Amino acid sequence: MNLATAWALLPVLVVVLGFALRQHPARVVLAAAVAAGVVAGMHWRDWLETLGQSFLNVRYLLVIVLALPVIAQMEAHGLRELAGRLIAGWRGARPGRLLIGYLAVRQSAAAFGLTSLGGHAPMVRPLIAPMAEAAIECESSTPPSEAERERTRALCAATDNVGLFFGEDLFLAFGAVLLMQAFMAEQGIELSPLAIALWGIPTALCAFVIHAARLWWRDRRRP
Amino acid sequence: MSLTPIYWLLGGYFALIAVRAWRDRERPARIARAGFFAMLSLLYLVGDWLPPALAGVGVLAIALIAGFGLPLMSAIAPAANGAAGHPRLLLPVLAIPAITIMLTLTLPYWRIDDKPVLGGHLPALFGLTCACLLALALALRLTREKAALALARGGDLVEAIGWAILLPLLLAVLGTLFSKAGVGDALARAIGALVPLDVRWVAVVAYGLGMALLTMAMGNAFAAFPVIAGGIGLPFLMQVHGADPAPLAAVGMLSGYCGTLMTPMAANFNLVPVALLDLKDRNAVIRAQIPTAIPLLAANLMLLGVLCFR
Repeated sequence: MNLATAWALLPVLVVVLGFALRQHPARVVLAAAVAAGVVAGMHWRDWLETLGQSFLNVRYLLVIVLALPVIAQMEAHGLRELAGRLIAGWRGARPGRLLIGYLAVRQSAAAFGLTSLGGHAPMVRPLIAPMAEAAIECESSTPPSEAERERTRALCAATDNVGLFFGEDLFLAFGAVLLMQAFMAEQGIELSPLAIALWGIPTALCAFVIHAARLWWRDRRRP
Repeated sequence: MSLTPIYWLLGGYFALIAVRAWRDRERPARIARAGFFAMLSLLYLVGDWLPPALAGVGVLAIALIAGFGLPLMSAIAPAANGAAGHPRLLLPVLAIPAITIMLTLTLPYWRIDDKPVLGGHLPALFGLTCACLLALALALRLTREKAALALARGGDLVEAIGWAILLPLLLAVLGTLFSKAGVGDALARAIGALVPLDVRWVAVVAYGLGMALLTMAMGNAFAAFPVIAGGIGLPFLMQVHGADPAPLAAVGMLSGYCGTLMTPMAANFNLVPVALLDLKDRNAVIRAQIPTAIPLLAANLMLLGVLCFR
């Protein structure tokens, strides 16, 4: 490895160190952005233009903010409590069981391109997390600790991500499938989207089995 | 059709949040909070007409406020009267995905003079926007309250998420800067220099782990794929070892997704939910994902070795 290669990895080093030392993420990103500018040998004006233009290009990422007034309004009227009560009526409720069901729905919906069924703001926070928390209370007579509640909420978010990531890749028109096809086409290799999507199935099955086994084991471990 | 109307809607909402933050003298860091949302609102409202360098100054300003000025707040408040609501409260929440899916599938066919009426090539974003507006109307009808109150409650939620809301955008910006600095190519070169890629299983492992590592560094498997597939997949696995390109691409990308599960750089998946679910440990979601990601990555490496060389 020569010096130029090591030098180009400086921005990655900044990110790794910043997150490892538990610095504020916004500060880590800023420091890494400056490091990347220095490594690229950019003029400060070009750096600012890249910053501005690439930000403007990805503004669509915040569209989900438009769902927050609906969620907040329903939460103020007792939606989270309602979600909890629905689960409390099911005696066999366990967080793991509930989340295995959610994983199956999320992953298969995503495989059919229905990625908007789910998500952290519109689904996990108002419904899945309070349901899972209510399910911990069905599990034992002693009230769960705050740490156990937080672990369960984090597991809800993790389940949503796993379901989405390893479902959407099976959908023919998904961006990643088309990106792979375009990349291979540039190299003179013709691949059909169907072939790429089909070869994603073994990994998708492994993802479901591994994550569901963890969730099942989580329920087993507790009395 | 461009996304400008959606950006105006969001910009208007951020402006409303800025005004509320400015008027509210009770909570700390009033100026920082108001300034953050005012600047964000400007980038959404007039971003299309701003010179990029000036927009860059705005981005720098909000990133600095996010990093040094915004306080942390609790994101989860109990119901106003603490009681469980009527089951019909589920309707607006379920309406969001239902309407989004319906519109995403049908918008491309709503045509006048063979031009899409709404959405163009981005029906999902327009579908989600319309779904949120319709669900809000339904929510207001069911709760018999004024729109201003729901918008204020949503605003409190946005403020509680705080700086985390900005991270997905900042990280996308960083990804662009990384590719300008040649970070990905350097990482592929470093892997190539450190391990003997002419040994088949070494090349398989380097390809799968390289996808995961570069995805962790860039926060995005899409950015990592051309670099690793071009640096290791094509010249070594395919040309030297004769791997089948279809499973190589598919399983390689999914190895990258294992990296996405393990990195704070994928902010909208791993950090935004930390704020939304009011978790104290900033890495709680990543911690919950690592025990799935690592065995799955190992499974992917085995699948690569088996499926590519049948």
